Amino acid sequence: MYFTEELLDQSREIMKKWEDEVRKIVSTVPDQKARWSTVSDLEIKRLYTPEDIKDMDFARDIGVPGEFPFLRGNQATGYRGRHWTFRMFSGMGTARDTNRRWRLLLREGQTGLSTAFDFPTLMGYDSDSPKARGECGKCGVAIDTLEDFLTLMDRIPMEQATTSMTINPPATVLWAMYCAVAELRGVPLSKIGGTIQNDMLKEFIAQKTLMCPPEPSVKLISDTVEFGAKYVPRWNTISISGYHIREAGSTAVQELAFTLRNGIEYVEDVIRRKGLDVDDFAQRLSFFFNSHIDFFEEICKMRAARRMWARIMRDRFKAKNPRSWWMRFHTQTAGCSLTAQQPYNNVVRTAIEALAAVLGGTQSLHTNSLDEVLCLPSEQAVEIALRTQQIIAEETGVANTIDPLAGSYFIESLTNKMEEAAWEYIHKIDDMGGMVAAIEKGFPQTEIADAAYAFQRQLEASEKIMVGVNKYTTARDQVIPRVGIDDSVEMEQIERLNAVRRKRSHQAVRRSLDDLRNACKKENNVMPYCIEAVKNLATVQEICDVYREAYGEYRDPGYY
Amino acid sequence: MAQRKIRVMVAKPGLDGHDRGARVLARCFREAGFEVIYTGCHQSPEQIATAAMQEDVDLVGLSCLSGAHRHLFPKVVELLREQGAEDIIVIGGGIIPDEDFKMLYNAGLKAIFTPGAPLATIVEWVRNHVVPRS
Repeated sequence: MYFTEELLDQSREIMKKWEDEVRKIVSTVPDQKARWSTVSDLEIKRLYTPEDIKDMDFARDIGVPGEFPFLRGNQATGYRGRHWTFRMFSGMGTARDTNRRWRLLLREGQTGLSTAFDFPTLMGYDSDSPKARGECGKCGVAIDTLEDFLTLMDRIPMEQATTSMTINPPATVLWAMYCAVAELRGVPLSKIGGTIQNDMLKEFIAQKTLMCPPEPSVKLISDTVEFGAKYVPRWNTISISGYHIREAGSTAVQELAFTLRNGIEYVEDVIRRKGLDVDDFAQRLSFFFNSHIDFFEEICKMRAARRMWARIMRDRFKAKNPRSWWMRFHTQTAGCSLTAQQPYNNVVRTAIEALAAVLGGTQSLHTNSLDEVLCLPSEQAVEIALRTQQIIAEETGVANTIDPLAGSYFIESLTNKMEEAAWEYIHKIDDMGGMVAAIEKGFPQTEIADAAYAFQRQLEASEKIMVGVNKYTTARDQVIPRVGIDDSVEMEQIERLNAVRRKRSHQAVRRSLDDLRNACKKENNVMPYCIEAVKNLATVQEICDVYREAYGEYRDPGYY
Repeated sequence: MAQRKIRVMVAKPGLDGHDRGARVLARCFREAGFEVIYTGCHQSPEQIATAAMQEDVDLVGLSCLSGAHRHLFPKVVELLREQGAEDIIVIGGGIIPDEDFKMLYNAGLKAIFTPGAPLATIVEWVRNHVVPRS
């Protein structure tokens, strides 16, 4: 127990007096609202006291950083040894355009790379597919073949910089390209580091970049986990992502619960399908969270996430290596909290969200640019976003001590509350037979839709405030420069793709795609075949068509 | 005889998967008393136009955040026209830069709603501009 009976009695006495006082004041100065809640509608009390955390146990529930349950961080020394990785998500136009942006960011002090791919690449189509019309290079970089990938990685030191790739259905293909570039440059696979997002379950419930149905999608992920465990030991083969769940409108608790439950599903599949021991791969699982505008809710969500995952890995999966109990995560500030109205306000929102992520103990961070609600980030906007992280790291002093908010009645109570609410969801999904089964029933999809709709209603009723949207609005527009991707990028990219098609050996492409097809049929690991195919200059779509043919195509059922 | 309810289709053309706005709008239309069909993500303009005709809707609301609206939105209007369904009203929403509005209106879109547009405003617009076809 955290407090003695005596102390609790004392505090109850003091509280009683205070409550009397509050009643008096409220009778003359009533509260501005009848009910106070977080942005995801968790109810918040006027005051928190020892009573709210009396059932906690310091050793069991809080502890110190670097020790189970890791509530206070994985690293015993926090940010003193090293800051979080400054990893700005970027990608636009062609591989050359994106390479230029990457090198700018590295020059300005970014410490890790992160790629945004355009929609055709994300969905496994080539730039000249009829489905890709109008999309090429718009929301990220267009990659069709290994040639594009070589351009993307031009002058990027693969042995030093780690690269995060936001890629899901075609994750095997893009990772195969990264591996192939390393091999061509003579860098051993054991030396390259980075992350592929590679989390399909959240795609079905949130982001909707879709290719094959849930079950074979999980199989492809297990292939990458197995291949990584054997040959690419510094690579995070999955980034189990709550970010998009939140952007799709979930609450913080839903983000926490669905992300962790997806994580459980992947671990179960790798153990069952590949026969690996949990300690063989658990250290290469990583996570990705959203940092929304409700400061304390976000900090508590991240603390709870770390503690829950430690409990899941140790108690549910019986992992023995303490490093398997670590939840390592990247955070991005909330795109959905930004406003098109008065866009300069977004700098302030992003700074607060970034601060929450740092106080929540993130290991890697992307700060959104002020213009991202309107267009791709301009160089100036992305620089301000990067500087935001640098100011937090270097000037504010918040990283001087580890988990400074621990022990706060409010913080610990809210952390516990989020954990409890998330377990409830996890147990419910367990009862449904797991996440794949829950997705097939539409359960997480409709829960998120309910939350998104409820939030929108609160916004329209001004129960929740967005400055510049439903309060302090102004007729004066803040005009900001906007980056656009010219439609000529599409023509250029298609020409480049055709040039590759002309020069490659059709026989080699056909043979490697046949080999991949056979591997799919036999349920073999697809990775070695995928690497062979990309080396022979097979395109993203040609490889993904093999998957679509072998495993079937999934269509969004459109839950709302 | 009671007037038929307004029938609307909320559609996501192209490869964009950011469907939060579309889903919220679909639910809002339903609560406003309209009959609603939501296509889900990744529909081609051809699929959307065909579905709109088969479902006999009065209005199609297109949502796109990827920047491909310049290509996708006019295409839906064009396909409806080609198939003699020019009386189906088409509106659009999403991340649409102001400078594209003129081009989209010229192409036949009747309204564009961008981030921050209140749901009530959109519902009101529909009530004012859509007469259920008999």
